[in-house]
Amino acid sequence: MITLVNTDMKSISGIPASYGIAIGPAFVFTRAEIVIESCNIQDPEEEWKRFVQAQEETTKQLDVAYLKAQEECGEEEAGIFGAQKLMLQDPELINTVKSRVNSELINVETALYETAESFALQLEAIDDEYLSARALDIRDVSSRLLRNLLGLKDSPADGLKIPSIITAQDLTPSDTVLLNKDYVLGFCTEVGGSTSHTAILARGLGIPAVVGAGEPLRKIKTGDKLVVDGDAGEIIIDADKKSLKQFRNRQEKFLIAQADAEAISHQPAITTDGHQVEVVANIGSVDDVQPALLSGAEGVGLLRSEFLYLERSSLPTEEEQYESYKTIGDAFGDRPVILRSLDVGGDKDIPYIDLPPEANPFLGVRAIRLCLSRPDIFKPQLRAALRAGYGNNLKLMFPMVATVEDVVQVREVLEECKQELRDEGHDVAEEMEIGIMIEIPSAAILADQLAEVVDFFSIGTNDLGQYTLAADRTNAQVAPMASGFQPAVFRLIKMVIDAAHAKGKWVGLCGEMAGELLAIPILLGLGLDEFSMNPPAVPFAKRLIRSISMEHARQVAETAINLKGDQEIRKYVQEAVPEVNRG
Amino acid sequence: MPEIKLTITHEVGLHARPASAFVQTAAKFSSDIEVTHGETIANAKSILAVLTLGAHKDAEIVVKAEGEDADEALKALEELVLDNFGEH
Repeated sequence: MITLVNTDMKSISGIPASYGIAIGPAFVFTRAEIVIESCNIQDPEEEWKRFVQAQEETTKQLDVAYLKAQEECGEEEAGIFGAQKLMLQDPELINTVKSRVNSELINVETALYETAESFALQLEAIDDEYLSARALDIRDVSSRLLRNLLGLKDSPADGLKIPSIITAQDLTPSDTVLLNKDYVLGFCTEVGGSTSHTAILARGLGIPAVVGAGEPLRKIKTGDKLVVDGDAGEIIIDADKKSLKQFRNRQEKFLIAQADAEAISHQPAITTDGHQVEVVANIGSVDDVQPALLSGAEGVGLLRSEFLYLERSSLPTEEEQYESYKTIGDAFGDRPVILRSLDVGGDKDIPYIDLPPEANPFLGVRAIRLCLSRPDIFKPQLRAALRAGYGNNLKLMFPMVATVEDVVQVREVLEECKQELRDEGHDVAEEMEIGIMIEIPSAAILADQLAEVVDFFSIGTNDLGQYTLAADRTNAQVAPMASGFQPAVFRLIKMVIDAAHAKGKWVGLCGEMAGELLAIPILLGLGLDEFSMNPPAVPFAKRLIRSISMEHARQVAETAINLKGDQEIRKYVQEAVPEVNRG
Repeated sequence: MPEIKLTITHEVGLHARPASAFVQTAAKFSSDIEVTHGETIANAKSILAVLTLGAHKDAEIVVKAEGEDADEALKALEELVLDNFGEH
């Protein structure tokens, strides 16, 4: 997928929470403020009656919300209201409110607000994303009760009269259940992560969402023209004509592919003349499993393990890693999940690992080089993987391998870990397949030697491009050269595939290129066995592979590797394989 | 006061649906029921209190009950947990 970004346009970055493109006017959702006057009361019994009445009213509303959510959004969303109903009847909450009204003679609104808030703060204080989200639920229940106590009826959702993109600080289940879903094109929120309520709801409804976009979102006013790019996590305000046209194209393609996905994305990727390849997903966390499965991916070609190491102050334990790898491996059952060992250094830094500054970090101690020098980092990860792979199809792969020596060293550590685990009485994935990434030209050139010591290769075109062309992919001036769409890179890919096949080993590709429609016919023709890409690209790739023949792909590949450069190759494929233009 | 020790085997721990099921089961009995995880004690009939226990997968909890139907309550909660909250 190619995105041109015009720097004159205003854009806001956030977390991509639900795929797709939405284009339309903004609807700024602001919740009506609830003002509580705290005061003393004479008759606690009367006060308590008011509470019970509001509680009954709230129960009815939650029942209605449950049914509405069940019908519109499914069980998961409806379940939230089930849990909220339990909170509404929570004896700890109710008894605390009651005793405070009785003993302190304060109005029930004040007692309720303060009690609910203290529970919310307790939940937030626990370092757990799920529990923090429940703090939102208790506040949601308490607001609903307060609105009923104060006789407030109006909902800000009533203002939504035309199809719009909803922007908000955050959205609670009570907010979203009232929104007329026919008018919701997309969501943008200031706070929240990929498991926030808005994110889950958006995925359930199949509409794009960007969450955690921060304070810049506040400058958006109702009626502003917005584009929500749920693939990249971008919100664009007042896009110019040219980019708007590009977004419309992508939106259209996305919608077509989404519709097609129902029909073909769960079918195998077989060419019209019967050659089958694997289409799998690149994922970076446990939360990505569901989208990958839904996309039709036949497994995971690249599980980035960095997610376990980020946003914390110390190394993850073996146990923590084991839990995550096991959950992901088991979710795919017999289907392959390829775990890549920690890939840091270069442009990826982890503060607590304490990497010494280097003049050329991309040519320095990164990835496997770092791991081999730091057994305290490497061994817990290997041990966790070997344990987690028992009973599923988890495989291990190592980044930045340059020589056969590297693999020999990795295998030694791996054997050591296996022996330790056996001695400790753990179940070990004895037959776990071991692969390497081919991203250093040296490894591509030595592919025949390397094929003898590993089970598979996965080509990383992002780095293979930059190392082959000597073009830093983080330097905007030379980055286009590093795209990998170069005859030299395609020739290296051919060498790797031929060398591996001669030794009976298979080859995948997990760089951006695997999901690029213009590259797929060439890679297919070169004999690539496995294409690993971001989940939204899976249906497109499968549809393309199913619409062309292997014979044609071979001819295209042969011609392409003899062309003179990036642009020439792209133009040629566009003409030779009209199917790539179908989206 | 009768008590039982249980291990949470459910993937999400004593959160989300398992927590709701636990609280709903406890609420069916008139006995006072408390659940302990580590040093934290919670009213088993309070969803808010049970959530703040932070009992993840493989957590060991102790459930105590006091009242007329204490034994039945413990039996019901034990079955629920051993049955992985009805999910297999």
